[in-house]
Amino acid sequence: MSGENKEQPKKPAATPPKPTAAKPPVPAKPPAPAAATAPQKKEPEPPAFEKGIADQIKKRFGEAVKVVFIRPLRIKLMVEPRDIVEVATFLRDTMGLDHAESAGGTDYPKDNQIEMSYHLGSYGREDLASHVLSLSTRTARDDARLPTLINVYKSVEYHERETFEMLGIYFEGHPRNDRFLLPEDWADIPPLRKDFRIKGR
Amino acid sequence: MTSLEDKFEETKRLGLQIVRESEDERLMTLSVGPQHPGSGHFRFTIKLDGDYIVYCDPDPGYVHRGEEKMCEYRNFIQNIPHLERPVIHDSTNITYAYSLAVEELVGIEVPRRGQFIRAIASELNRQVYTLYWLAIYGIFLGHSTMFMWPTGDRELFIDLLEALTGARVTHAYNIPGGVRNDMPEGFRDRCLRQVHYFEKRLKEYEDIFYNNPLFRQRTEQVGVLTKDDAAKLGVTGSVVRASGIPYDIRKAEPYDIYNEIDFKVQYMKTGDSFARSYTPFLDMRESCHIIEQLLDKMPQSGEVRAKLQPNPKGPPGEAYRRVESGRGALGFHIISDGTPKPYRVKISVGSFRNILALPYLLVGQRLADMPAIYWSLNYWPVEADR
Repeated sequence: MSGENKEQPKKPAATPPKPTAAKPPVPAKPPAPAAATAPQKKEPEPPAFEKGIADQIKKRFGEAVKVVFIRPLRIKLMVEPRDIVEVATFLRDTMGLDHAESAGGTDYPKDNQIEMSYHLGSYGREDLASHVLSLSTRTARDDARLPTLINVYKSVEYHERETFEMLGIYFEGHPRNDRFLLPEDWADIPPLRKDFRIKGR
Repeated sequence: MTSLEDKFEETKRLGLQIVRESEDERLMTLSVGPQHPGSGHFRFTIKLDGDYIVYCDPDPGYVHRGEEKMCEYRNFIQNIPHLERPVIHDSTNITYAYSLAVEELVGIEVPRRGQFIRAIASELNRQVYTLYWLAIYGIFLGHSTMFMWPTGDRELFIDLLEALTGARVTHAYNIPGGVRNDMPEGFRDRCLRQVHYFEKRLKEYEDIFYNNPLFRQRTEQVGVLTKDDAAKLGVTGSVVRASGIPYDIRKAEPYDIYNEIDFKVQYMKTGDSFARSYTPFLDMRESCHIIEQLLDKMPQSGEVRAKLQPNPKGPPGEAYRRVESGRGALGFHIISDGTPKPYRVKISVGSFRNILALPYLLVGQRLADMPAIYWSLNYWPVEADR
């Protein structure tokens, strides 16, 4: 499986992209999430326990945290990249979500953004054992950079490394933004970006 | 008496991969795998000071096939056969999580009989996986009998699954909406007979392997993972249960009919290699009880799959569903944009999570303990690479 894309010669930089002068790498305000993640209108009444959890987080962070959906056993939050470390620390220390099950990105070329989702779970709190909280954030596609969560959740180390090579998000502060699953001589755009096409498809 | 240099020449001539650090003669870099008989399709580089491991760097990716990307090019049904490739020994469980997620997205309900058959197939398949894993663990530690017995008994379950699904290893049995076909005649009796036989065999496994003083000496107090560290590293499955956290998705978040089944989550507290190798064994025993209950409680007739439209699709949205596979929690995060093909599929597999504990456990241990620690992590390289 390999792909070519000549229009976008941008490679996943093995070194951090040059910081844009005097401007933090975070996009000012991401537009409304794509249709794929927009809360559906016919969403039923959110369950009480999950709503309590979400309210507790909302109470602490206010407008900084946007609740995308609340469903039985599932909560999805959307935060700005600059807030993600603080929110994650709160989730770990106060809410008892002690590990990340999964972390992965999704490319949205239409919005010119990449979404990163961390699926957090709890081993310590019995009433949260069946829940998965998805902590998401979005970054600009052209200058995809996010702060790493490795200092909060050790368990995201390999997931972030995989996301770096698969989607080209540079994790600031991550000790190793380098090859993991792909071949060492991989010289194409990150394969999970939507403009990477599988040959012949 | 040959000199040290001659020995190195000799190993080079034999094609063994031993590299000596030139700047520091104390440390030796050793590449374990991907051709090592026990490592699977996986390599990790270790550095040795004497026979103590001082550094370990896992290097997966030898069998990376881009499953997640492939999913974006096929519709929800076409995705099933290739999705079970990452872990063919546990193929029912990996398609189970996928089917649950697709069902949530498309909004279909599985008929009750279908739910039972699904659970039976996935329990049988977990036995197949665990026996395969145990066989390799046995031969890895030089216990040939423990290679032969599980390999032989695994055939029983493979035959059962063949009768049930029509294929020996890659079943493609779980599909969104239920299972592909109903049980054959007389399956119940045959399944019960073989499960009863296997329960007796498990006692013999315990006698010859787990109570073997040699095995105990090699694994007890070796590679201890404490409860706090297990949670911090986010390991899953038998690894986290061996460290004293009784976490099992079948109990934590019962899917399909698991909330009607009476079973205990098997766990141990010591967190050493012995606990990590014994927990899957306890799971196998518990799994036998689960299969018996499932066969007892299942409705004798009825539909096994819900009718799907030809090209199933749901409204835009996302779903994250998990099952307990042989290696722990196996989650599918599927994002749909309303078309029949998934927009993005992220597979969170137990192996990929457990491998994070490898450098943590190996550093500071002796080289001779490496196999006992490595394979006790219940790691399946192909699954981790996806």
